[in-house]
Amino acid sequence: MKVLVVSVVALLALAGCSSSGSTAAGNSTPAAGLHGSITVDAAASLTEAFDAVGKQFIAAHPGTKVTMRYGASSDLATQITQGDKVDVFASASTKNMDAVVSANLAAHPVDFVANTLEIAVPPSNPGKIAALSDLAKPGVKVAVCAAAVPCGVVAAKVFANAGVDVRPVANEADVKSTLAAVESGEVDAGLVYVTDVRSARDKVKGIVIPDAVNASTTYPIVVLKGSGNAALARAFVAYVLSAAGQRVLAADGFRKP
Amino acid sequence: MPPALIGVLFLLVPTLALLIRTPWSSLGAIYRDQGVWTALRLSIESSLEALAASLVLGVPLAWMLARFRFPGMGIVRAIVTIPLVLPPVIGGVALFSIFGRNGILGDGINAVFGSDLPFTFPAIVVAQTFVAMPFLVVTVEGAFRIADQGVEEAAATLGASRTRIFTRVTLPLVLPSIVAGSVLCWARALGEFGATLLFGGNHAGTTQTLPTLVLTVFGSQPEAAPALALPLIAVAILVLGAMRDRWLRPVAAS
Repeated sequence: MKVLVVSVVALLALAGCSSSGSTAAGNSTPAAGLHGSITVDAAASLTEAFDAVGKQFIAAHPGTKVTMRYGASSDLATQITQGDKVDVFASASTKNMDAVVSANLAAHPVDFVANTLEIAVPPSNPGKIAALSDLAKPGVKVAVCAAAVPCGVVAAKVFANAGVDVRPVANEADVKSTLAAVESGEVDAGLVYVTDVRSARDKVKGIVIPDAVNASTTYPIVVLKGSGNAALARAFVAYVLSAAGQRVLAADGFRKP
Repeated sequence: MPPALIGVLFLLVPTLALLIRTPWSSLGAIYRDQGVWTALRLSIESSLEALAASLVLGVPLAWMLARFRFPGMGIVRAIVTIPLVLPPVIGGVALFSIFGRNGILGDGINAVFGSDLPFTFPAIVVAQTFVAMPFLVVTVEGAFRIADQGVEEAAATLGASRTRIFTRVTLPLVLPSIVAGSVLCWARALGEFGATLLFGGNHAGTTQTLPTLVLTVFGSQPEAAPALALPLIAVAILVLGAMRDRWLRPVAAS
């Protein structure tokens, strides 16, 4: 019965997400009887947003515990398909989500946000980067995400769209490592998400990539079949999709899917 | 006996499983698509250069540690073993702190060489040397310590110069240990991951070694990852074969 109530809430939230945002779930009606803890595997780019969403969720459901684990979506997907016990998976790319779904570990993921790229440079901009084409100049040190990681896939698309031949010096394990390489000043520029530039505040400077050449990636979220606390997991996904959850994500710069 | 048996199986079975799970039929395609040969070449080149650097710097260091008494020697020996106990990834962070663009010597390196060190091929050699050299130093130091100094003294009374004694008497005495230490050091450099990943940048074609490539492939195509282990297993077997007299026979004569 409880499960049914929560599923209804979740369904309402799914419906509410695509239209406006004034559903019952959006106001996070406390679902009675939620308890225990869940583990959420989320794309590294969601770090700040999901930390905030998680805090709000716990505040709305006292006594519950949500453990966030962030990493490259490709690594997280591999860990899940290799048997890691996780309740919710939020991926920065449909490709990595598909790997989990086709392993029959989850079904019907829902897209909840989208993200685009931006050039991040150290505040002093030592490479004097002003546009994408500057990244192809000899001697300019560029960090991108590894080709398997969603932010690496999107970066390759952006370079192809712009027709620039960039030879990165570093292929980082996830987007936060790419951001860290820029923050440390070890590289002249890095390709990260718009949201990462925003969350890094004054530690990096963002250089906007024109919409005409920019590429985006869609973030799906799902409750895993093996979840030991499916009720709480569904409630969390519903919260992410609710108006309240979407507000937090939008404030961090995420777009609607 | 059962614990011993379990011990052997525990060490053997994972490697066997790797072979069982290797997608033999698509091996060629995987090696081509994933750039395995480039990564293997970079691995071998960088680890051999790291070994060369370790020999040039490490053998004299081992000799000094074994033969000289000076204040603060305990501290020097502790310094040598730091990379042995430090997680290699911390070594990578340490290398950034000193040799990074914003590291203590960053400006100096740029002034002398005209470019920064991180994310270059020399960077992975430096990372591997930092992590692997202590294996050579520790092994060779022990040999210098137990080498018969009477022979050296005899050579000295016969009028040999110090250089001549070192190259013609001392070195041949410790040569087996230098070989053994070199194998350990080289194997460690070949398998180096943490410091190489961080300081090198894992970029295909310049700084992506076979171990860091495995990480990348495991993230995207986990089923292909076992195939990448084969070249390294082959190297391990070659090393064991070359060192069989030393490691594969119980201690008897020494």
